[in-house]
Amino acid sequence: MNSLALMGFGPGGWGGAMVAAAGTTLLLAVLGFSAGAVFGTLAAWARIAGPLPVRLLADGYTTLLRGIPDLLIIYLFYFGGSVALSAIGQAFGAQGFIGMPALATGTIAIGVISGAYQAEVYRGAFGAVPRGQIEAGRSVGMGRLLLFRRIVAPQVLRYAVPGLGNVWQLVLKESALVSVTGLVELLRQSQIGAGSTREPFPFYITAAILYLCITTVSTWGFGRLEARTLRGERRA
Amino acid sequence: MDPVFMGETFVTLLGGLPLTLKLAGSAVACGGLLALALAAMRLSGSLLLSAPAQAFVFVFRGTPLLVQIFLIYYGLGQFRPVLQEWGIWWFFRDAYWCALLALALNTAAYASEIVRGAVLSVPHGQVEAARACGMGPVTRFRRIVAPIALRQGLPAYSNEIVSMVKATSLASVITLMEVTFLAQKLISQTFRAIEIFVCAGAIYLLLNIVVTRLVVLLEYRLSPHLRAAPREPASAEAAHA
Repeated sequence: MNSLALMGFGPGGWGGAMVAAAGTTLLLAVLGFSAGAVFGTLAAWARIAGPLPVRLLADGYTTLLRGIPDLLIIYLFYFGGSVALSAIGQAFGAQGFIGMPALATGTIAIGVISGAYQAEVYRGAFGAVPRGQIEAGRSVGMGRLLLFRRIVAPQVLRYAVPGLGNVWQLVLKESALVSVTGLVELLRQSQIGAGSTREPFPFYITAAILYLCITTVSTWGFGRLEARTLRGERRA
Repeated sequence: MDPVFMGETFVTLLGGLPLTLKLAGSAVACGGLLALALAAMRLSGSLLLSAPAQAFVFVFRGTPLLVQIFLIYYGLGQFRPVLQEWGIWWFFRDAYWCALLALALNTAAYASEIVRGAVLSVPHGQVEAARACGMGPVTRFRRIVAPIALRQGLPAYSNEIVSMVKATSLASVITLMEVTFLAQKLISQTFRAIEIFVCAGAIYLLLNIVVTRLVVLLEYRLSPHLRAAPREPASAEAAHA
């Protein structure tokens, strides 16, 4: 079978499986990125406004997570999560080993990793919000939550768009590492196909092209988003 | 946490450190040279040179490193007869060379953008001034552009080196026994994920701290003009007063 038919959508073609796996990759990336937004916001808030111990903790989180290989962190959650789940299971009388669901492992691991990067992005964006606006909000009697919702959050998001675009690209590429947990995303699917047809090259090159498509569309999308967030700014 | 177990784990994992260092060092060195060539191609002004460089950067920055490693190690392995005919099969047969090639090509793509940005950041007036003094292109590059660009690009490059140190862990997936490989093997044997993770993480973290400190030191040495002038020795004046 030539490699075009191999990647086709006809009978015996792997095209459908590869596209579906690309969907899983996207899902994993979106979930991980969203989880990272939560971790990142918390860490950024802790570093900006937290009391000293909390701030040190958040500092430690961002430096540690950016200095340790992502693969190691995925292994930690994969094996560590299963051990913890099994222990909890035993406490409730269940027998034997309980594996951590691969999608959950991937989401948490990517969330924790990208959260460290997102924290830096949000912190930088917060620095770009003019102080006067926060003071003005306070002077008209806004509470902390209202101030955050109406003044801080919209502007932080606007300034954070370019940085978040970079983190999103990172997350997309990191999602390939989750293949080591057995989650059938794009890379894992290629490994499966390569193994069963003994033709690794067409599979890996297809995976590379699909990744390239996803990253290219994302770059374009973030570019559009950035242009849109800046539509109120006066251009130099 | 069991200190005895942690100590043993640490010693075991240190066994993988030479390979990690070798991979990271060679990848950064080869990738750095390639990055210089790529940046020169992109800055050449000729479409014939800059288009391939741009395509290279686009492909290697747009796909995961793990896919690149698999493509080189397993994917090219499919063309074994051709590679044997060309006499380069020994290279693609060996997981170490494949991992090194993937890492070097990957870091070259990222680093070439850093180099390009650094060269473009050199103020135009300085280049003009050099030209007005009658410097030729080579002297101009050696005396004006290269030193300024080096200082400008260094912080971003230190991030790239750190990410290469981290990226060597991916070589474990194609059976290279570096630190992450040993850690993963230990975890799947003992299931003491947290303790082993702490040991392996500490090794990488220390490595990265050393790298960033060294670059900061180099940056300090390269920017004497940004430092405050050395203060007059106060003791001498005090003695006169």
